Amino acid sequence: MPINFMPEEIMETMHMVQVDNLDIRTITMGISLRDCCDPEIKTVAQKIYDKITQKAEKLVQIGEDISKEYGIPIINKRIAVTPISLVGESCEHADYVLLAKAMDRAAREVGVNFIGGFSALVHKGFTKGDEYLLSALPQGLAETERVCASVNIATTKAGINMDAVYRMGKIIKETAELTKDADGLGCAKLVVFCNVPEDNPFMAGAFHGVGEPETVINVGVSGPGVVLHTVRSNPEADFGTLATLIKQTAFKITRMGELVGREAAKRLKVPFGIVDLSLAPTPAIGDSVADILEAMGLEKVGGHGTTAALALLNDAVKKGGAMASSYVGGLSGAFIPVSEDAGMIKAAEQGALCLDKLEAMTCVCSVGLDMIAVPGDTSAETIAAIIADEAAIGMINKKTTAVRIIPVPGKKVGDRVEFGGLLGTAPVMSIHPYSSKAFIQRGGRIPAPLLSLSN
Amino acid sequence: MEKDSQRVIVTVVGQDKVGIIAGVSGILAENCVNILDISQTILQDFFTMIMIVDISQAKVDLQQLQNLLKEKGEQIGVKINAQHEDIFKFMHRI
Repeated sequence: MPINFMPEEIMETMHMVQVDNLDIRTITMGISLRDCCDPEIKTVAQKIYDKITQKAEKLVQIGEDISKEYGIPIINKRIAVTPISLVGESCEHADYVLLAKAMDRAAREVGVNFIGGFSALVHKGFTKGDEYLLSALPQGLAETERVCASVNIATTKAGINMDAVYRMGKIIKETAELTKDADGLGCAKLVVFCNVPEDNPFMAGAFHGVGEPETVINVGVSGPGVVLHTVRSNPEADFGTLATLIKQTAFKITRMGELVGREAAKRLKVPFGIVDLSLAPTPAIGDSVADILEAMGLEKVGGHGTTAALALLNDAVKKGGAMASSYVGGLSGAFIPVSEDAGMIKAAEQGALCLDKLEAMTCVCSVGLDMIAVPGDTSAETIAAIIADEAAIGMINKKTTAVRIIPVPGKKVGDRVEFGGLLGTAPVMSIHPYSSKAFIQRGGRIPAPLLSLSN
Repeated sequence: MEKDSQRVIVTVVGQDKVGIIAGVSGILAENCVNILDISQTILQDFFTMIMIVDISQAKVDLQQLQNLLKEKGEQIGVKINAQHEDIFKFMHRI
């Protein structure tokens, strides 16, 4: 039998995994809970628990087997479920905290570290189930460990529901207050979206959309370290060459996701959904999107040129990755979560990276203002205004944007917050001191934008 | 678990010394793992041996083989990995 590989190829793969932190960030199993409805909330909770524990029983074991056999780390095994606002809708006077707890118990039972889908889609208005969910959010997040929540408050086709935006500002404040002993950790598990994708495998924003099959496997890859290695190895390359090199690297990274996704789907006997082409950083040294931008020639991420560098990176990752996978979906883009990226943390602490620049960066990449810690005395109206700005960017540019912001109780600009693990360390960043109160209090909806005459 | 391919890539990286091939191939032979190809080279100053092996007739599964090789590697002071061939196929062949 002929040898199929050059030693350099084999060693390149090994180097990517062992030195450059290439890993599969998450295998996320989507599970429909649409058949868990019942007028009695306790029955709904029981059905949710039973269905999740049955469908995902082997998820973690199979993930670990694949990881060992292929020699590629699979960092997280996770679950996304139908937005709970829909599942509990048929209950009268429901306390959805019970449902959050059922999800949490199920997640613990099957051994996944996060379960997403404590979610609602309210971009045009609220149903009864949405109202139940929003009122249960702060307590649901405070009283569970693994439950992640998301709320979609805007789409390009519907506009921005500013009533929902304001509600989210208040909910985030309340969640921070209820989890103040853990520096507002509850808010790290709550994402506010515009144009939310229904098949995103990444937390905290994952849920199982209504157009999805009964169960599905979606995969999120990671690999900022590998791209960083490529960029650093080519300091003289012009942009065309650099983009090509990044595309080639992204192709290889994404192939790993494709392989693992197909294999996991086969072994779990569920359909394979998508590979999410995101570059997801971790707090590990060298596994940083900020470092890639700096390796391109910027003294500090956040300086002038950062948006252009990120645009090139994001587009090249998508081009390379799209060819590597049969189905691409989810968020697919470079993530810039401040607390989860050592380079971003450093730049923010040195004052090189501010909220305004991050907002500009979200115009050209996935996903949005992610894992941003702000002072604890930031008002609900200001948080709502930050969400509104980010939603406007997503709505006008026909892309997903999101806000995951933590007003850390008792902390001021310059303080540091430790969330631990993948959530990392966040420097508390400064915000504009001027009030947006009267603007936010207007209420109503910002109409959907015109999609022609596009300047 | 049915698989299309039962080929595994074994890589050994470390300081060159007497007995590496003997040690590794001993483990493989004991477990009825057939060696299809061996190459060795020096990459970035390290002794690197790459074996392509077939585990379709093996007495152990891939995970058990990985553990045996890992133990052997620790004994002789080299790093041994065994990975299913598909990871390299997917990454380097379209």
